[in-house]
Amino acid sequence: MNGTKHDGAMAPLRVFIVDDEPPARARLRELLDDCRAEVPNVVAGEAGNGMEGLKLVASCAVDVVLVDIHMPGMSGMEFARHTQLLETPPAVIFVTSYDQYAVEAFELNAVDYLLKPVRAGRIAAALSKAAAGQRAAREVLDRVDTQPRRYLSVNERGRITLVPLAEVIYLKAELKYVTVHACAGEYLVEESLAQLEEEFGNFFVRVHRSCLVARDRIRGFERAAGDDAEAGWAVVLDGCQERLPVSRRQWTQVKALAKS
Amino acid sequence: MLSIRQNERTDALPDFRNLGVLARILLVVNAAALAVAMVRAQRPAEVTVQFFEVVFWVEPALFAILAALYAANAALARLGYAAGLVCTLAIVAALAGATSAAQTWLGRLPDWSGLFYGVVLAVAQAALLLEYFRVRARAFSPALAEARLQALQARIRPHFLFNSLNAVLAIIRGDPKRAEGALEDLADLFRNLLADNRQLIPLRREIALCRQYLNLEHLRLGERLQVRWTVDADAETALVPPMLLQPLVENAVYHGIEPGVGPGAIEIDVGSDGDRLRVALSNPYFPEHQHRQGNRMALANIRERLQLHFDLEATLDAGVEAGRYRIVMLMPLRSAP
Repeated sequence: MNGTKHDGAMAPLRVFIVDDEPPARARLRELLDDCRAEVPNVVAGEAGNGMEGLKLVASCAVDVVLVDIHMPGMSGMEFARHTQLLETPPAVIFVTSYDQYAVEAFELNAVDYLLKPVRAGRIAAALSKAAAGQRAAREVLDRVDTQPRRYLSVNERGRITLVPLAEVIYLKAELKYVTVHACAGEYLVEESLAQLEEEFGNFFVRVHRSCLVARDRIRGFERAAGDDAEAGWAVVLDGCQERLPVSRRQWTQVKALAKS
Repeated sequence: MLSIRQNERTDALPDFRNLGVLARILLVVNAAALAVAMVRAQRPAEVTVQFFEVVFWVEPALFAILAALYAANAALARLGYAAGLVCTLAIVAALAGATSAAQTWLGRLPDWSGLFYGVVLAVAQAALLLEYFRVRARAFSPALAEARLQALQARIRPHFLFNSLNAVLAIIRGDPKRAEGALEDLADLFRNLLADNRQLIPLRREIALCRQYLNLEHLRLGERLQVRWTVDADAETALVPPMLLQPLVENAVYHGIEPGVGPGAIEIDVGSDGDRLRVALSNPYFPEHQHRQGNRMALANIRERLQLHFDLEATLDAGVEAGRYRIVMLMPLRSAP
């Protein structure tokens, strides 16, 4: 059992609970208590929504998160995806009352899940698997979530900063990273521009090989007074002083978008 | 006994005070008058003249008959189908005869042969119309059963059932009394969902059911769910189709409270508007959650059942107003005896 965190030692599993319904959290605490003899565990903390959950998870060294799928503000799936940015990402066990599509996706990708009302036996089995190091990889969690995220996330010195998608102005590919230019500042994310374009195709449009801009923020276009002979167009964005060049290749597509 | 009687299909006379029934009678009789006019006309140009002649003859009898049936509606309904049918036809024959006789006596009709034709045609048309209403009611009664089933499927959200059971499990150890109450509410709710929902019920029963449902939701949503009721005392006895309000309240929770991180309020306002019952409901509106299914299905189902019970006299309007989703239903105010 090399490489697992709990080999041999009796260090209890640190579990974090995220569910928007207080009684559902209470029930999970009870069940964790019930199966403590079988799988040693402690409740490291709990949260009523994903945003709050991310703040806390980063600060209390969590091994496993039990997360409800259906929550306001941020879905459990999105929460799980953001947690994978942490230095030592927790294993994720989803909890759902009834969601056929999600359950099919979990089965297909061997992601662990519990059905509400949760049985003590099932929770113990899922925790044992997590303790043994079996866990869904980040790519799998990305694949299971069919909805685009509502936030982009950045790991800044061990904390996860969430940038609401609605506040993003444009994304620019640098050498190794993508820079997110948002209302509140600039952030670096490790995802590729192509991945981001695929996930948020309805929200961003590509104006250049290395740049995606928020569709809703396009205000117009200006002739770019470029140094080179063939001066093209530049896009004017809401909330941004900078004029971003539009490549010839994208011009027809972007131009059509501005008219609508 | 009740379970046996549920499948029994009894014919009934149409409700002669219902706008839809009256409109259908007027339409059919005038269409028949037009047909007679077209047969009697030698040339197309004469059709209008002939039509007015026929209408002039038919209309006094028609209105006299409708007025009499309107007045006798309750008495006829009490007689049972067969006796009611005979009485209705007798009223039609008597009034058609009387108005034709009066018109002949006043010299507005050429001779007394009109009296005979008037009575025969009126009774024949009345018989055909009554048969039409009987067949229509029969055609709709499987539709009612179907609508019930559909309503059931649309309404028992598995999501709600499992979450409620989970919430009850969570309080069993800490607060057994409250857990008992919650299970009783859940049982009542499902008994109503599975009941025969064809007979009208007093609104206060529907309101009581909604309160039980909201208790269950309150258990799991806590202070996020806030409900403000305004109920006029005189509206509480009004008769409404069963499960009229509960599905709408459930939708309000599902679309208006669950998507919100913070607290939200559902407002329910029940009152009378002259001779109309007005039921209004509103909840916070989350545009990004409108793809979630179920709302349109529930609305279509309730609209259909309102139509089956009240025909044209009930309306249901839904829309977004000042950031809140609002539903207003209007229907005839009929009270339980």
